[in-house]
Amino acid sequence: MSDPVIHNSWQLLRRFTDARIGLGRAGISLPTREQLAFQLDHARARDAVHLPLDEDALQQQLHEDGFEVYRLSSRVRHRQEYLQRPDFGRRLNEASVDYLQHQANQRSAPDTLIVIADGLSSTAVAAHAAPMARRLGAALNHEGLRPGPVCLVSQGRVAVGDEVGELLHARSVILLIGERPGLSSPDSLGIYYTYAPRVGLTDAARNCISNIRPQGLSYDEATDKLMFLLMESYRRELSGVQLKDTSVRKNTSGLESSKQNFLLPGKH
Amino acid sequence: MAYQCVLGEQRYQFQDLKALMARATPLRSGDCLAGVAAQDAQERVAAQMLLADLPLKTFLNEALIPYETDEVTRLILDTHNTAAFAPVAHLTVGDFRDWLLSDQADTVTLQQLAPGLTPEMVAAVSKIMRVQDLIRVAAKCQVITRFRNTLGLPGRLSTRLQPNHPTDDPMGIAASVLDGLLYGSGDAVIGINPATDNYQAVTTLMQMLDDVIQRYDIPTQFCILSHVTTQIEAIHKGVPVDLIFQSIAGTEAANTSFGINLALLGEALEAGRSLQRGTLGNNLMYFETGQGSALSANAHHGVDQQTCETRAYAVARHFDPLLVNTVVGFIGPEYLYDGKQIIRAGLEDHFCAKLLGVPMGCDICYTNHAEADQDDMDMLLTQLGVAGINFIMGIPGSDDIMLNYQTTSFHDALYIRQVLGKKPAPEFEAWLQRQGIFDAQGRLSTGSQLPGAFAELNLNLR
Repeated sequence: MSDPVIHNSWQLLRRFTDARIGLGRAGISLPTREQLAFQLDHARARDAVHLPLDEDALQQQLHEDGFEVYRLSSRVRHRQEYLQRPDFGRRLNEASVDYLQHQANQRSAPDTLIVIADGLSSTAVAAHAAPMARRLGAALNHEGLRPGPVCLVSQGRVAVGDEVGELLHARSVILLIGERPGLSSPDSLGIYYTYAPRVGLTDAARNCISNIRPQGLSYDEATDKLMFLLMESYRRELSGVQLKDTSVRKNTSGLESSKQNFLLPGKH
Repeated sequence: MAYQCVLGEQRYQFQDLKALMARATPLRSGDCLAGVAAQDAQERVAAQMLLADLPLKTFLNEALIPYETDEVTRLILDTHNTAAFAPVAHLTVGDFRDWLLSDQADTVTLQQLAPGLTPEMVAAVSKIMRVQDLIRVAAKCQVITRFRNTLGLPGRLSTRLQPNHPTDDPMGIAASVLDGLLYGSGDAVIGINPATDNYQAVTTLMQMLDDVIQRYDIPTQFCILSHVTTQIEAIHKGVPVDLIFQSIAGTEAANTSFGINLALLGEALEAGRSLQRGTLGNNLMYFETGQGSALSANAHHGVDQQTCETRAYAVARHFDPLLVNTVVGFIGPEYLYDGKQIIRAGLEDHFCAKLLGVPMGCDICYTNHAEADQDDMDMLLTQLGVAGINFIMGIPGSDDIMLNYQTTSFHDALYIRQVLGKKPAPEFEAWLQRQGIFDAQGRLSTGSQLPGAFAELNLNLR
């Protein structure tokens, strides 16, 4: 019997893109193999959203790297609420506020603060938060800056970092958070940076470094970008839209290249 | 004015028209987040009953968002066509539902009625309709538009080929364009969401897609979905531009958050038409919308998200667009929580837009943090196909590697065309047959070899 699947010779174009091209077809439908590959990727992305972060394990790793760790929670009570009430995820619960107010009275204000929130991908935070914090800690020390305790916020959204920073009187906040998982990138970590953090700021006051994962931006590249932003921010005493990352010119070689495009032969 | 009724032992009261509209809306997370949803299921039905008794004319006298402070309200009321409205002017919202479902409301009658309807009237009637009502009435509507081909004809279903790439790499984009064309996709538009709004990146892609369409003589149009001001700048600098894209919303404040207003959209339309690039027609605007956009911009004025969305269609129709689509599941679970809410919203959006005379498509989609999966998308796709949707998206394997969400694939479009006996736009269908991509019966015939004009391509180029 002949193969019921019609394969596509142009699948070799996948060297140019991660898009799912040249999948072939069974009739006009997706072949079984490609169908199940998709299901697996969707399952990974779903689990990244719904599996709880192992905070004990993360705390242990952070301790081993010499960080003091505070454990905090947003106002969200469970994952379903987290997904439907972003406003609750942006604020600390009462116990966490009391705890930070108490701690703030006991210690001096930190030069900056690393905050970790699970966000939408526990997979990303479990894989990348500790190694990222380690590199950031070293880079900050190199500049003579003393980061405060690492604050771990469960069920947190981006803005929760600003409340943590405000309560601890931190000069700035570096928030590490699991990004909305893509089908082909379930483990992407994001960094949001705020100078002079306080409750009520919007994204316009923050700088974002996105797509930190092995196939995306490396830990070292992300650290360099963040340190550039932070030092500029301390010099100019601001963050957000007025602070652009001019450290690395975007690689536009693909756009400017005179390379011949296979679809437009003879054209440069 | 307050609205009240008694059901059994319980008295229900709604303080004004927008509260009544919001509480009559089938449950969705965005209205809960905004604090405007019904408290319970019975209150929702009480509101629907009161809404059904409301004369349609009420919406011409009582603005949900003040005329003085919102240019979308002014557009809606200032352009209302009283003569077109006359056949239904005496009806209540409930009577209007019955009339729409009756045989009196045929295709031509509905086309003539469209300028007489306001978004609020259409949103109101949708709130008391079931899924089958939304499908059946929409299926009677017909909105046909033209640029280089003819979209929206009966028995046709078109696709936007969406070859996005996370770094806008031309080779990566070309690979997805070729894959899409070989699967019969791209008659609505070949449209890229660029990763940045950088002028040079955007215009490089415009030039490339124009080159592809001209070289292969494809009866379709392209679009780079950057901010409207970037596209106007490109036109003024002589860069080829087919369709002009912009995201729009149903309130002036939400549009302000997008950096646009009605005057700017008018300027864009004029700039686009000055190029005279359409061969069959002059529809060249491409708009995207989606429930929840006004709320997410904190610009909803206490109006429910579905009514805000429908108001965006009044903005769209003012500029004679070629394409409008609701990106229904993209916004996330805080606005549409699960497959059930996404499916209902997609059908409402299509129904409301078609009734208003808007050439409606749908980005049938979901994100990975929504309670939805491919099965939900298959249901919405099948239902919108039956309802006569003008176009859907087409993307390799449903996976948008730039925007990180899932939408319909090239395969999905072939599925819905096959089970419903639908075809692409006629000019594009003829091109697919000339290229050997479709056979004479309109079936996909590409196998392992590159057909027609593509046979000579050297895919091994580095």
